[in-house]
Amino acid sequence: MVAQEAHGHGAPQGFIRKYIFSLDHKVIGIQYYFLALSAVFVGMLLSVLMRIHMVWPTATIPFFGDIKPETYVMLVTMHGTIMVFFVLTTAPQGGFGNYFLPIQIGAPDMAFPVLNMLSFWTTFVSFMVMLAAFFVTGGAPNHGWTGYAPLSAVPSAAPGEGLGADLWIISIAIFCLASLMGALNFITTILDLRAKGMTLMRMPLTCWSWFITAILGLLAFGVLLSAGILLLLDRNVGTSFFVPGGLSFTGRLAVPPGGLSSSTTLITHNGGSPLLWQHLFWFFGHPEVYIAILPGMGVASQLLSTFARKPIFGYKAMVYAIMGIGVLGFVVWGHHMFMSGMSPYTAFSFSIMTMAIGVPSAIKTFNWLGTLYKSRIRLQTPMLYAIGFVSLFVSGGLSGPFLAQPVLDIPLHDTAFVPAHFHLIMGVAAIFGMFAGTYYWFPKMFGRMMNERLGQIHCILTLIGTYAIFMPMHWLGMAAQPRRYSQFTELQYLQKLLPMNEFITYAAIITVLVQFIFVINFFWSLFKGPKASDNPWEATTLEWTTATPPPHDNFGGKTPVVNHGPYEYSVPGAPKDYVMQTDPVTVAAH
Amino acid sequence: MATLSPSVTIHDPLTGRGGRGGDPPTIHGGGNNNGGSGSPDFFRRLRRARVGFFILAVWVSMLFISFTSAYVVRKDLPSLNQITNQLGKDWIPVDLPVAMLLVNTALLLGSSVTMELARRKVAQQMALAPVGAIPGIAIGREKTNLWLGVTAALGAIFIVGQWLVWQELKNRGFYVASNPSSSFLYVLTATHAIHLMGGIVALIYAVSASLLRKSIESRRIVIEIASWYWHFMAALWIYVFALLAFVR
Repeated sequence: MVAQEAHGHGAPQGFIRKYIFSLDHKVIGIQYYFLALSAVFVGMLLSVLMRIHMVWPTATIPFFGDIKPETYVMLVTMHGTIMVFFVLTTAPQGGFGNYFLPIQIGAPDMAFPVLNMLSFWTTFVSFMVMLAAFFVTGGAPNHGWTGYAPLSAVPSAAPGEGLGADLWIISIAIFCLASLMGALNFITTILDLRAKGMTLMRMPLTCWSWFITAILGLLAFGVLLSAGILLLLDRNVGTSFFVPGGLSFTGRLAVPPGGLSSSTTLITHNGGSPLLWQHLFWFFGHPEVYIAILPGMGVASQLLSTFARKPIFGYKAMVYAIMGIGVLGFVVWGHHMFMSGMSPYTAFSFSIMTMAIGVPSAIKTFNWLGTLYKSRIRLQTPMLYAIGFVSLFVSGGLSGPFLAQPVLDIPLHDTAFVPAHFHLIMGVAAIFGMFAGTYYWFPKMFGRMMNERLGQIHCILTLIGTYAIFMPMHWLGMAAQPRRYSQFTELQYLQKLLPMNEFITYAAIITVLVQFIFVINFFWSLFKGPKASDNPWEATTLEWTTATPPPHDNFGGKTPVVNHGPYEYSVPGAPKDYVMQTDPVTVAAH
Repeated sequence: MATLSPSVTIHDPLTGRGGRGGDPPTIHGGGNNNGGSGSPDFFRRLRRARVGFFILAVWVSMLFISFTSAYVVRKDLPSLNQITNQLGKDWIPVDLPVAMLLVNTALLLGSSVTMELARRKVAQQMALAPVGAIPGIAIGREKTNLWLGVTAALGAIFIVGQWLVWQELKNRGFYVASNPSSSFLYVLTATHAIHLMGGIVALIYAVSASLLRKSIESRRIVIEIASWYWHFMAALWIYVFALLAFVR
C-alpha cells in the first residue's frame, strides 16, 4: 500500500500489463525507443530511394518499381515527416527522457503514469496512420514535411494530395495530442517529483534539456494542431484559410469538394493566404528544430563531463544557454520565409534574432570544449559519439549564419545548401545524441554492456559517412542545385554536378549499410553482452546509484537524498575521482 | 476507507470555511510520505494535478492564440476579386444572433456557479469524512453531489444552445465556407464546444467516481481539477464571444 501511494501503481504481473500497456515509465521509454528505431529505418530506406532516383532516375528498384517524379516528392515528404516527428521528436524525448528523467531526479515514476501510457499509444496510432498514407489511392502526400499550402490544401492538386494528405494531417494532429500528454508529464514530473536535495540547479543537464524541450513542445504543438485543423477544413469543407482565389492546377480551377454547390455563397476558394500557413507552420516548425536537438545537447553535456572526468564547464551558463535557445527559438520563424516577399525590415529583425541564437549556441560549444580542455579523456564509444555530436553541431551550425541573412538566403534558399545545413545540425547531430545515449545508457536499460570495438567502428564510419554525404551538398547548393526536384539529370546546368551526386549516393548507401553494425551490436549485446555493473562508467547521477536494470519503483523502496551537484568529477580531496550525487557530504562541496 | 478501526486520523481542518481551504499548507520536497495518513499524500497529489491542469491550460490557450492570430491577420488581408480583378477586402462581418449567444453565455456562467458549489460540497464532504467514519455517528449519506449533475446538464444545454446558434447562422446564410469570417466563427465556437465536452466527460467521471466508491480524496482531486477546467472554459467562452463580437 505504501508502494501504491509512493508511485501510484504496483508492479504489474501479466505480460500485457507489464510489457504492452505498461504504466512503468521505463517500459514506456523502451517502447518509444523501439518505435523510433523502426521509424528511423523506414526513413533511411526512403532516403536511399531518393538518392538512387537522383542519380539514376530510370532505375527500377526491386520490390518497389520505377520512381516517377510524383513518387520522388512522396519519398521526400515521408522521409522528412517520419524523421522529424517519429525519430527526432520521439526517441530523445519520449525514449530516453521517459526512461531516465524520473530516475535522474529521484522519482519513482512519471507524475501521471496513465497519461504516459496513453501518450505512447497515441504516438503509435499516429505512426500507423502516417504509414497508412503509403497504401491509399494516390499514395503518400507530395507537399513536403512542411506541408505548404496551397499544394497541401487542394486535394486535386497532385496525385498524393487526396486521401494520403488527409491521413498525413490526421496523423500529425494525433501526434500533437500525444505530444501534449508527454509535455504535461515531463513538466509536472520535473516541477513536482524531484527528490529531496535535488534542486533545479542540481539537475543533470539532460533533465534541463528535457524540461525546456517539453516546454517548447507544449507551446509549439498547439499551434501546429490549429494549423492542421484549418488545413483539413480547407481540404474537405471548402473554406479558404490558405487557398487563394483563381488558383489553377494543371489547367483546372481549384474548387471546393462537391463542386460548384449552391449552398455556399462563394463558389470557389477565394482570398485565402498561403503565407498564413507558413507563419503558423514555422511558428511550430522552428521550435521543433530545437525540440529535436536540445536533448542531444543535454546528452552531450552529460557524456563529455563524465568521460572527461571533469565538471561540466560553466553549468549555470549551460542552463541559461538552453533557456536562451528555447526563448529565441520562438521569435525566429520568419527566417524560413525570407523568400515570401516579407518587408526587408521584418526580414532584418528576424535575421538579427536568428544570429542571436549563435550566442547561446557558442556558449554551449565553448563550454563543451572547455570541459574537454586538459582533461583525461576516456575514449569509450559513448564519448566518441558525444564528440561526434559536437563536431556535427559546429559544422552544421557554421552554415546557419549564412542562411540567417536574407541577402545570402535568397540565392541559397531551396538549394541543396539548406538540407546540408539542417541535416548536419538537426538531423545527424541529434541522431548522434541518440547513439551516444544508447551506448551510454544501454547497460542501465538492459543490464548488459555493448561491444566496444563494434561501437567504435560504427562511430568512426558513421561520422565519415555523414560528412561524405552532407559536406559536398554545400557545394551543390552553391552551384544552385535545387531541393525537391525530381530528375536532375534532365537539367543541362546540373550535368556537371552529376559525379558529385553519384559520390553522395554511394556514401549514403554505405552509411546506411554501416548502421547494421549498430543493429547487430544492439541485439547481440541485448542477449549475449557481458553483464553490466551498476555504475560501469563511474558516473555521478542518480540512475547509476540504483540496480541494473532498475527495479519497478526505480530505487527499491528507498527515496534518494541528493547532496551534490551532477558533475562532481576529480574533486580535490575526494577518495575517488567522482562524487555521486547521493554521497554523504564529507568532502567540501563547492 | 471507512473501516471500523477505532484509530481515526483527523484531517487538517482546512475546510472549515465553506471549503475555501485547498491550498497545500507547506511544500515538501519529498521524503516523508510513509506516515500512513493520506493527508500529506493528498496535498501532493492535488498539487501535482493542479500543475498538470495549468500545463493543459497553456496548451489550450496556445491553440486559441493561434486561431486568434490567424483570425486577426486574415480579417484585414486584401484578396483578389475574381470578377473585378481588383484587390479588396472580402471579409463580411457575421450577423451574430447576439440574444441567443447572451442566453448561452448566461447558461455557461450559471454552470460555473454550480460547479463552484459542487467543489465546495466535496470539500465539505471530505472535511466530514473522518467524523462519518467514527462508528455510531451518522451524518447522512453524503456520497452524492447533485451539483455535479446540474453543472454537466447546464454544459450540455449550452452546447445545444450553440448548435441552435449555428442553425440560426445557417438561416442567415452563413455556412462554414461562406466567408472567412464565418469559417473562423465555426472553428472557434466548435473548438470551444469540443473542449467543453471534455469538461462534461470529466464531470461524468467525477460522478461515477463517487458511485464507484473511490476514496473521497480521489473524488476531491477530480472535482477540483474539473472545476478549474470548467471555469477556464467559461473564461475562454467569454474571450471567444468578445473576439467574435468586437473584432469583426
